[in-house]
Amino acid sequence: MHNVMSLKTICLLFVFVTSLSFSQESMHLEEIAPEVEGKQDVKTEIKEYINHHLLDSYDFSLTSYTTDSGEHKYIGFPLPVILWDNGLKVFSSSKFHHGESVAEVDGNHYALHHNKIYKTDAAGTITLDEHHHATNKKPLDFSITKNVFTIFLVGLLMFFMFSGMAKKYKKGNMPKGIGRFLEPIILYIRDDIALPNIGKKHYKRYMPYLLTVFFFVWIINLLGLTPLGVNVTNNIAVTLALALITYVLTTFTANKNYWGHIFWMPGVPVPMKIILAPIELLGTIIKPFSLMIRLYANITAGHIVLMSIIGLMFIFKNWLGSSLSFGLAFALSLLELLVAALQAYIFTMLSALYFGSAVEEHHDDH
Amino acid sequence: MEKLINEFSIGLFFWQLVLFIGLVLLLRKFAWKPILDAVEKRESGIEDALKSAENAKLEMQNLQADNQKLLKEARAEREEMLKEARDMKNKMIEDAKAEASETATKLIEQAQASIQSEKKAAIADLKSQVANLSVEIAEKVVRTELSNKDKQLQLVETMLGEKSLN
Amino acid sequence: MTGLNFVGAGLIVIGAGLGIGRIGGQAMDAIARQPEASGKIQTAMLIAAALIEGIGFAALFAA
Repeated sequence: MHNVMSLKTICLLFVFVTSLSFSQESMHLEEIAPEVEGKQDVKTEIKEYINHHLLDSYDFSLTSYTTDSGEHKYIGFPLPVILWDNGLKVFSSSKFHHGESVAEVDGNHYALHHNKIYKTDAAGTITLDEHHHATNKKPLDFSITKNVFTIFLVGLLMFFMFSGMAKKYKKGNMPKGIGRFLEPIILYIRDDIALPNIGKKHYKRYMPYLLTVFFFVWIINLLGLTPLGVNVTNNIAVTLALALITYVLTTFTANKNYWGHIFWMPGVPVPMKIILAPIELLGTIIKPFSLMIRLYANITAGHIVLMSIIGLMFIFKNWLGSSLSFGLAFALSLLELLVAALQAYIFTMLSALYFGSAVEEHHDDH
Repeated sequence: MEKLINEFSIGLFFWQLVLFIGLVLLLRKFAWKPILDAVEKRESGIEDALKSAENAKLEMQNLQADNQKLLKEARAEREEMLKEARDMKNKMIEDAKAEASETATKLIEQAQASIQSEKKAAIADLKSQVANLSVEIAEKVVRTELSNKDKQLQLVETMLGEKSLN
Repeated sequence: MTGLNFVGAGLIVIGAGLGIGRIGGQAMDAIARQPEASGKIQTAMLIAAALIEGIGFAALFAA
């Protein structure tokens, strides 16, 4: 009973902080709104802000504001930029001055354009084609961006959290501290996700991946709802990497039975077998693809809707509309909390399902 | 779709892949394996404890059943011993009775036999005595009535005839 | 996005919404009928909903 109560308190606190964070971002919106008056309406400004929020950035800025003299001030810290452009180039992102100036490294000039690094001349000219795409050369970019920084942070956090939890088990057989909260989740993944889907014989092999992916996605999703303003899982690159690992694991641990079902489906006539083979083969790729798109789209859609509703507050600019949209934003924050866990669960569940189909033993009954 | 491809960041993909694989391997070694092992150990420990409790219960039941059986056996044995004793007593009494009656009949037989022999002896004795007596009587009769020889003989003969041995 | 694209996206959303709504409704029916199997039904419901959602999103991005 006590545990349930404290859990509720934590959840409520979290929701409160989350909605605060969004209102903080919206305050930021309000501050920059008067500046662009005359040039763009608030709607466009909000749209751009949301788009910006969904993008990665080369520095870790928590918030920014404009001083009375019209100068942009950023609160945060720069991150290292790592480029491969005929040799490794490493420099601090502070050289870009938030996209306002051209960075010069070893005689090469780089500039930010729509949040991407392009190779430019000393003046930082970006040439555009008719589709408004930059035609400048793009160096291979391995920068520690805000998202990369965040995933490393989460990785570190997870490592210390779970290895610390594991150490506690050496002293006694009962979980202590944070383990009391995490152990039921770990057991849930084992007993309700891995065991029924993969089977008793093989589930142990996949447990490390399933556990890691669940907690990683969950923590990252939750972080996306915090005032830090980091959105990792709404990058297709991140979800692609996760889905790719699921695909590779499925493909490389699959047994004869699995391949048999793909290339030569038993129990159907030969012409059907020939038709089914390419469909099944395509299916193996569609499965991780849908994993990737699902996570990406859910989180992105959640963020867009949430921020749009917050943006509505500044479009209405009256107490009824604004308070209504605040209430809506609060309710949606709660929903997003659920979605954060649900998407982690679904990703893990479906991965387990695919692993299960890969190691399923041959049955005579079909 | 085009926007997605444009936005795709190879750097982020690369770092995510590297970090995630590293994380899975590290956590497998330092976290998941020890945690799952510990949990499994605990679970099997609980199972063992339950099983041994069940076994103890069964053993207890067995023990109780054994006790019951022993008690039953002891009771049966006592019963048997008592029965045996009773039988023996009865038999002894029978034996004694039989012996006693046997001795009695033997004694009676002996007594009868001795009575018989005594009787025989007495009869023989009586006979001899009768003979003697008769001889004496005859002597006396002979002495007194020797004058008449025929008469004498006749007398003897009648007397003897009368005094037949019975 | 052109106008037709928006129409397509709307159709996809209607389709996916109907599908997921049906799954949810049927799952509720099933739970009401067999409350003791609610855990299994929920899992199956989530998987089915996730699959439809995945197709819906894939179509949305294609639109």
